[in-house]
Amino acid sequence: MELILGRADSARPSRQRPESPPLLHAVGITKMFGAFKANDGIDLAIRPGEIHALLGENGAGKSTLVKILYGVLQPTEGRILWKGQPVGVPNPSAARRLGVGMVFQHFSLFEALTVVENIALALSDRKSRSALAREIEKISLEYGLPLNPSSVVADLSVGERQRVEIVRCLLQNPELIIMDEPTSVLTPQEADDLFVTLDRLTARGCAVLYISHRLEEVKRICHHATILRHGKVVSECDPQKETAAKLATMMVGAEVRRLSSDLPPPQNTRTRLSVRDLSLPQPHPFAVALNNITLEVKAGEVMGIAGIAGNGQDELFDALSGERTCGTAALVSIDGKSCGNIGVTARRRLGAAFVPEERLGHGAVPRMRLSDNVLLTRHATGDHLLRGGVLDPDAARQLADRVSRSFDVRKGTPDPEAGSLSGGNLQKFVVGREIDRQPGVLVVSQPTWGVDAGAAAIIRQALIDLARSGSAILVISQDLDEVLEIADHVAVISKGHLSPSRPTSGLTREEIGLLMGGMGEPLAADRGAVHAG
Amino acid sequence: MTALMLEGILLTIITAATPLLFASIGELVTERSGVLNLGVEGMMAMGAVIGFAVAHSTGNIALGVVGAIFAGMAMAALFGVVTLIFVANQVASGLALTLFGLGLSGLIGDAFVGVPGAGLARVSIPGLSDLPVIGLLFRLDPLTYLAVAITIAVSWFLFRTRGGLILRAVGDSHVSAHALGYSVIRVRFMAVLFGGACSGLAGAYLSLVYTPQWTQAMTAGRGWIALALVVFGTWLPGRVAVGALLFGGVSILQLHAQALGVGVPSQFLSALPYLTTVIVLVIISRNRALVRANTPAALGQSFVPDR
Repeated sequence: MELILGRADSARPSRQRPESPPLLHAVGITKMFGAFKANDGIDLAIRPGEIHALLGENGAGKSTLVKILYGVLQPTEGRILWKGQPVGVPNPSAARRLGVGMVFQHFSLFEALTVVENIALALSDRKSRSALAREIEKISLEYGLPLNPSSVVADLSVGERQRVEIVRCLLQNPELIIMDEPTSVLTPQEADDLFVTLDRLTARGCAVLYISHRLEEVKRICHHATILRHGKVVSECDPQKETAAKLATMMVGAEVRRLSSDLPPPQNTRTRLSVRDLSLPQPHPFAVALNNITLEVKAGEVMGIAGIAGNGQDELFDALSGERTCGTAALVSIDGKSCGNIGVTARRRLGAAFVPEERLGHGAVPRMRLSDNVLLTRHATGDHLLRGGVLDPDAARQLADRVSRSFDVRKGTPDPEAGSLSGGNLQKFVVGREIDRQPGVLVVSQPTWGVDAGAAAIIRQALIDLARSGSAILVISQDLDEVLEIADHVAVISKGHLSPSRPTSGLTREEIGLLMGGMGEPLAADRGAVHAG
Repeated sequence: MTALMLEGILLTIITAATPLLFASIGELVTERSGVLNLGVEGMMAMGAVIGFAVAHSTGNIALGVVGAIFAGMAMAALFGVVTLIFVANQVASGLALTLFGLGLSGLIGDAFVGVPGAGLARVSIPGLSDLPVIGLLFRLDPLTYLAVAITIAVSWFLFRTRGGLILRAVGDSHVSAHALGYSVIRVRFMAVLFGGACSGLAGAYLSLVYTPQWTQAMTAGRGWIALALVVFGTWLPGRVAVGALLFGGVSILQLHAQALGVGVPSQFLSALPYLTTVIVLVIISRNRALVRANTPAALGQSFVPDR
């Protein structure tokens, strides 16, 4: 994820775990959901002034543990010691009174309310709005978290929303802040800003419990790590002394499969997906206009599009998938057939498949079962899901089962609602649903967003295998390591412009970084202005 | 003569608007908490019959009004238990509540059909009530003053107090409100009860002021209009009040127009208030930003805490 180069880790002081008695000590925490043990005798000791990483695959029990510490869930067994004293945490207000704050992965903000109203809701003491607004401004200056107290949350960017959550936490003078995957929604710059804030916090003796999938990041900022697997603590370590591969192995329990792309990308094959000189205006004021996008993906290859979030990736995806059509058919073509002016289903009929970035709400309907979700993208592509125009639920269920089996989708019941799957499992399902079709062209955005190492490896391998079987794959990803790992060619998108593509072999991340850096300069200038303001 | 006639029209408009205002302000509070209670018509009918029955048997109209409030709250409590505690579907439960309320009120009111009732006396505010034309505004019945007071109080509560902030938060995202430690069910239950009390008042207004007597189904669809007015007013009390006056005004004016024998079919005139409401609704929905900012995002969604 480190897109900014030349930021040496040596600039940071070496991180020593502070020697002090634990601030919070969870002893023998067990949580049962029916017969399922989500947490199994977990011990966790967090010291004041440390950033303590909690690592584990999706479904390892991290979220459950954190919810127990914050009082959202009650443990079936076990106790919590706060500064050595046993305490009960019956609800989040009790946790806040103790001095525990939490920044949620999916933000717990009220979109229709303003920043100051959102923060007032989390505070127990009743201050006037204007006094609170002044306090928000003071804290946000102190920790480098610029915010306008009177903005409505619905109008804020993801990074700004996170700042609201953090400021809300800080106003309660917490001694422990729990952060659930805080960087999964941030741009690399925003993540760097967050790390600066975390350093300021720990310098004042505040402890941070830090949940993340990003091992490089954990290595960079955390003092100590506790690793969970299947609800149990399997290891504790100093993440700076371990390699990312070693950490991943501890999480998954076996060596993370290295990707194999034994076959080199075929040469001189036919073009299966092409875009010529595509320009589209902004659909709304917060979107990016596309400027003269030209790209070509050949049979058998994976093409990667790298870039910092919000530079036109969403708009490009919509134009490729047909969610947004363009007036001239010839601008986009699939297997030589012009399709710029036709919609998603028509493009699927041409042999293309699409996996959007947001799995909940865009890639899948949360309240519908997996078998129904299968129907949504595959009803029109000759999968025999319809019999004489009538849905065949058995066929849909069989198809959902096949996808679940081949992509190791772990689920509680045979045909659960999509929204009940954990993020990583749903992502495997959403990607697997399209790959299962063996599409000629696959466009996928952020294929492994918020997914653990094991599941990411499965998804990436499946993408490579599909390409080698003759399909053309376009991967839009903000994860540079992912792009370098699976793509044969890479192009960079910046402010709606797409760079010419280059072969990945022989290309180093520094070179891509320079490409991004060169194109990203105006962005950095914008950011400076925001910070000054 | 014309001044007198104008006063008459104004008075009828206000009395037509008051029950709508009561019911829609109550429903507004309920919906702001994220609960859609379609049982307004049923709660109003119960308020009307209990209000009339208590006033008639005790001879005390004030007691009748209190009885109506409790009748509306009892119906709302039933709805609250079914939808908030047993997590039944809100739309279906609300429809059932309306049918139940209309039926039960008919049964209870059977003995009171055709019984003449005593209307609530008007209160004159000295000094102001003698002014020409607008003096009328200070010679109204106490319930109308109460409706105006409730509207102002609700507006102040929603946007100026911590309690109102919590109520709006629960209606915007019950999951987040729960995560912050607020009791979603308790907040919603109280909002539902307030909605019931207001519907009861609306019913009492019909049977004790508007036409001081009881007839079966005397609510005549006003509960449904109140529901539409909440959307019409984009969940803002001031706009809901304007909507109630507009609807009341159009329905009264069309009556006068029919009496004057305007050359328009009476069916069209009768449809006019509804038509006006639909047209204004459409115009208001065009301002997406306003609607989005004020629509309770969790409206109609059941909440089940995961523990």
